[in-house]
Amino acid sequence: MVAARITVNGKDTPISPAAPHTTVLDFLRERGLTGTKEGCAEGECGACSVLVARPGVDKPTDWVAVNACLVPVAALDGQEIITSEGLATAGEPGKPPTLHPVQEEMAVRGGSQCGYCTPGFVCSMAAEYYRPDRCAHPDPADGADPADSAGAEHGPNGFDLHALSGNLCRCTGYRPIRDAVFAVGTPTDEDPLAQRREQSPPAPVATAYTRDDAAFLRKSTLTETLQLLRERPDAVVVAGSTDWGVEVNIRSRRADCVVAVDRLPELRELRVESDSIEIGAALTLTEIERRLDGRVPLLAELFPQFASRLIRNGATLGGNLGTGSPIGDSPPVLLALEASVVLADADGEREVPLADYFTGYRQSVRRPGELIRAVRVPLPLSPVVAFHKIAKRRFDDISSVAVAFALDVEDGIVRTARIGLGGVAATPIRSLATEAALEGRPWAAETVEAAAQVLRGEGTPMNDHRASAEYRSAMLGQSLLKLYARTTEAVSS
Amino acid sequence: MSHLSDRPEKPVVGVSMPHESAVLHVTGAALYTDDLVHRTKDVLHAYPVQVMKAHGRITALRTEPALAVPGVVRVLTGADVPGVNDAGMKHDEPLFPDEVMFHGHAVAWVLGETLEAARLGAAAVEVELDEQPSLILLRDAIAAGSFHGARPVMLTGDVDAGFADSAHVFTGEFQFSDQEHFYLETHAALAHVDEGEQVFVQSSTQHPSETQEIVAHVLGLHSHEVTVQCLRMGGGFGGKEMQPHGFAAVAALGAKLTGRPVRLRLNRTQDLTMSGKRHGFHAQWKIGFDSEGRIQALDATLTADGGWSLDLSEPVVARALCHIDNTYWIPNARITGRIAKTNKVSNTAFRGFGGPQGMLVIEDIMGRCAPLLGLDPMELRERNFYRQGQSTPYGQPVVQPERISAVWEQVKDNAGIADRKREIAAFNAAHPNTKRALAITGLKFGISFNLTAFNQGGALVLIYKDGSVLINHGGTEMGQGLHTKMLQVAATTLGIPLHKVRLAPTRTDKVPNTSATAASAGADLNGAAVKNACEQLRERLLQVAATQLGSNASDVRIVEGVARTLGSDKKLAWDDLVRTAYFQRVQLSAAGFYRTEGLHWDAKTFKGSPFKYFAHGAAAAEVEVDGFTGAYRIRRVDIVHDVGDSLSPMIDIGQVEGGFVQGAGWLTLEDMRWDASDGPNRGRLLTQAASTYKLPSFSEMPEEFNVTLLEHATEEGAVYGSKAVGEPPLMLAFSVREALRQAAAAFGPSGVGVELASPATPEAVYWAIQTARRGDASLNGHARNGSATNGHAGNGPVDGAVRTDAEALNGA
Repeated sequence: MVAARITVNGKDTPISPAAPHTTVLDFLRERGLTGTKEGCAEGECGACSVLVARPGVDKPTDWVAVNACLVPVAALDGQEIITSEGLATAGEPGKPPTLHPVQEEMAVRGGSQCGYCTPGFVCSMAAEYYRPDRCAHPDPADGADPADSAGAEHGPNGFDLHALSGNLCRCTGYRPIRDAVFAVGTPTDEDPLAQRREQSPPAPVATAYTRDDAAFLRKSTLTETLQLLRERPDAVVVAGSTDWGVEVNIRSRRADCVVAVDRLPELRELRVESDSIEIGAALTLTEIERRLDGRVPLLAELFPQFASRLIRNGATLGGNLGTGSPIGDSPPVLLALEASVVLADADGEREVPLADYFTGYRQSVRRPGELIRAVRVPLPLSPVVAFHKIAKRRFDDISSVAVAFALDVEDGIVRTARIGLGGVAATPIRSLATEAALEGRPWAAETVEAAAQVLRGEGTPMNDHRASAEYRSAMLGQSLLKLYARTTEAVSS
Repeated sequence: MSHLSDRPEKPVVGVSMPHESAVLHVTGAALYTDDLVHRTKDVLHAYPVQVMKAHGRITALRTEPALAVPGVVRVLTGADVPGVNDAGMKHDEPLFPDEVMFHGHAVAWVLGETLEAARLGAAAVEVELDEQPSLILLRDAIAAGSFHGARPVMLTGDVDAGFADSAHVFTGEFQFSDQEHFYLETHAALAHVDEGEQVFVQSSTQHPSETQEIVAHVLGLHSHEVTVQCLRMGGGFGGKEMQPHGFAAVAALGAKLTGRPVRLRLNRTQDLTMSGKRHGFHAQWKIGFDSEGRIQALDATLTADGGWSLDLSEPVVARALCHIDNTYWIPNARITGRIAKTNKVSNTAFRGFGGPQGMLVIEDIMGRCAPLLGLDPMELRERNFYRQGQSTPYGQPVVQPERISAVWEQVKDNAGIADRKREIAAFNAAHPNTKRALAITGLKFGISFNLTAFNQGGALVLIYKDGSVLINHGGTEMGQGLHTKMLQVAATTLGIPLHKVRLAPTRTDKVPNTSATAASAGADLNGAAVKNACEQLRERLLQVAATQLGSNASDVRIVEGVARTLGSDKKLAWDDLVRTAYFQRVQLSAAGFYRTEGLHWDAKTFKGSPFKYFAHGAAAAEVEVDGFTGAYRIRRVDIVHDVGDSLSPMIDIGQVEGGFVQGAGWLTLEDMRWDASDGPNRGRLLTQAASTYKLPSFSEMPEEFNVTLLEHATEEGAVYGSKAVGEPPLMLAFSVREALRQAAAAFGPSGVGVELASPATPEAVYWAIQTARRGDASLNGHARNGSATNGHAGNGPVDGAVRTDAEALNGA
């Protein structure tokens, strides 16, 4: 196996002597590329955002922005990244550099004050600048209800502000940054990064990066990976490393063996069958969102509310279910969709309904050596859906409670109701009692009030820094009332 | 027009331009203190030994296990301090304490060859503690009578007579939250000692001179043996006014003892758990209005949560008292200030420095009382504005009261208030589950340090033979654009193009004895000092030019780099003029100085005129609230702000917008929580990460955001007619809070006073809506001549049992 290497701003660079747990951020800074900053070390502030060349959705290669503070550099063996330093074109000695179009707009519009978050903003902006399906969204028409601010979240140039949902600025108040991103044009044909999109992405590279008894391992196939996990059941499995990176940075955890699964082809398929949709466990949430393109409306509601774009560019459904947090955002939605989990080990596969998957706080039926290969969503889908995430902040926050609904209402009668809840118990749960209180009854205020009362009593929500238990319980019921109001308002208008 | 405010022909000040480092920012080339580590050889890394208990005496500190960790070089403890073991100006902040005073207090520092080695070393240090009882919550400290520092009383008029004359008297209580600075760059220092034992510390500090002073006294050195430099900061907001000193001193001590460069950079968790915040306050008040709604008397006690040491709590409380009037005339007042001593980090300066806390109290009172008085809140506020001839409760005449109404009226026009109020009423009538509201608040903020001595600034301006100019001044750059303004001031005074002027990093060996870059006064003090230095140089060069041009110096003007004399075509280019001056042996460097005139302050009687002038502004904010959840959006904000004649409009607008959003964060979203349970983590900051302490992001930005600078606003008393801008706009965010209060009230019957916790999180707004919906007549009656409590609503059930849950925002 050849020594691990990474291409940084076009320059081939050995990864050694970094430790297996060394993040891309620390790796860059130790090599003098100090434009990439640490603001929080947990993927919340985006000061460390860099661009990674990844398999594209619409073109061979996409430039994707990720949090360099979370990703171990060994995970990018054989890959290409661009930092803020690499976006500008160096000038003659003594002359200023030629700025990249997003850098130019940020600079001239007052988009930087202290400047510390700026390189990260610039990288997140550049990724959106190069997004092939960025197309013009018209401004909301005059007289349109401005409460529907979807328009305000897209620029006339198609720039989606959600691309910056994982970047924090403490100085500007964001207005000049919004002006800057809504002003950028489209890449020219000569733009080398635009051209790079037309070429194949860097291939995944089998990696065995070891140092001082710690190892970062990546196999080429699922079979090899499952064999490895059988031999090393203690291994930490990572895809985007968005959860493990926090453990390493904030809780100083170190693993003897980390195994990467994010490039395994068997975990990266998305198959639409007549009776189900199978979503590979290692597809990133961004890839799923773009490839499903609204085909599963409840998932489409989930994605913009799931962490930030920077996180979604690395995070996977396999990871979100694998960590098994009671406040993960995807389980309530997948529970409402009656999804199941396809588990694989060296002996074969089994499929477990998600409702049976969680067994306790961060515990599941998944056995040592077993890997989540895919998530299967049965078809047809229930037509009345909603995902209500209760949090302090609209972009990139952790829920106090989350409620997902998938209802079939036929002739005014609730035929089926599936309700997934997060944040009310040690695991994500289905609200079976509320479902029972709805099913077979008219979709009417009386039913809904009664069912909301049942829903309020679900689980044992706790008091913490995010919300009081009383508020959490209240919000369970309110979410059903809100869904009902929305459906009746839609009918009346 | 005064000499100080007078602008010459074709000034460079007033030109809108981006930050002077903008290109360096966007390319990542701009260097911050910790970036220098990677350009420095043989650096040692410092890591704190934090004790995770709220209070206790150290009975044993064993460092040997740390020294056994590979890569650990040394452990710094109190025994290593050659000078004074104290990091504060009040001598109540031991750098290496014998007593743990808050959860996370650092008691020793480990130096390692790598950060990882230092971290493992710190984990190996053994500390034994004799645990002591602790006070965590402000209300518990008040109940226990735990106070420290001054207890000022501000008195004016006859309070008892004022209440006797009042038609309406209300009392209330209000506790509101602290706020984390969350500068994106955490505290950092890099120290080394040169061959002559000169200590050089690069520090992310707003106050290099005080950092120098503390480093010197910790090391037992004189100030001339220590140099402190600040290249720039990745945000400061007051959090780096006092707090960097100890960290710089630890790095310097390590460098002194090992002979190697020492780097100290706090990670975010350490920064959040070890450094001070904006003071949360408790206020107990009684207010009297006449039958027209005019304030007759105010009696209030403001208690700041000072944390474990005094730090800047005394001046913060002084400024809070000096701003409880905001824009309103209070003829009779008795305002008491206190500082609670709690087992938490030592709270410190934060943009506004107590001013926002004082003003929040009166704006909360106005918002709560308006419905009880049967007045529109806008009307109630207008009726109480200062008029000509009136003075503040501390005795300073309000000489430009017309500015209060000028910005107010203009913002009403800009925002189209009358039409929009109708639209909002129509919207609310049609939407039972969603309500909108629009509120206007204004501000008056005193500019100058309360302590008169701090109101001085210095500069050193150098002109080289080739005509290039290098300026040094005592102010630090933290993103506020001070350096941009100083370049503009120098180019304006000298009459040369901006590209001729360069600015050197802030260093204590260029300009001594500087004041903190704080109190919004950076541009006022340093700008006037730069201008003074440049004027000295210009006078000398005019003499040289006059000789060359054959005229009198008083007839020569230097404009855009060319000297000309009146009534003549002759001209002399700047570079030639400078070269000529050099050969004539004219001194081409000058030290500039400025002291703000006309200030006086008696801290004992709490009387005087501590402020050179007042900054003004007004904001109109419209919000939309979801009745199901309490979630809300800021739909539109209009601001008119008075920056005098702007030195640099793009910079000033950036300060206004950024300050506003930061203020909105404090008042709505940013929710600091401490473990006040009796469990093992008592005293722990629960929101010690970006995942749990949420700053405003794009989703909190006003959807429509219009900022206008007041025109024809020359301030006679400041450099080139400008006014300070750093802090005041933060207080424009009261408009958001008041709009939320009104929107919550719109869910219920009219005439009900709505109490709203601060921060007004969606949960807090939800509870306010629930109360309003009940139309609670009992509450209403209770508030009238009774008492009303609105606290940190969320705190009620939360303070007790807290279960730590793992964060699970992210996938794997």
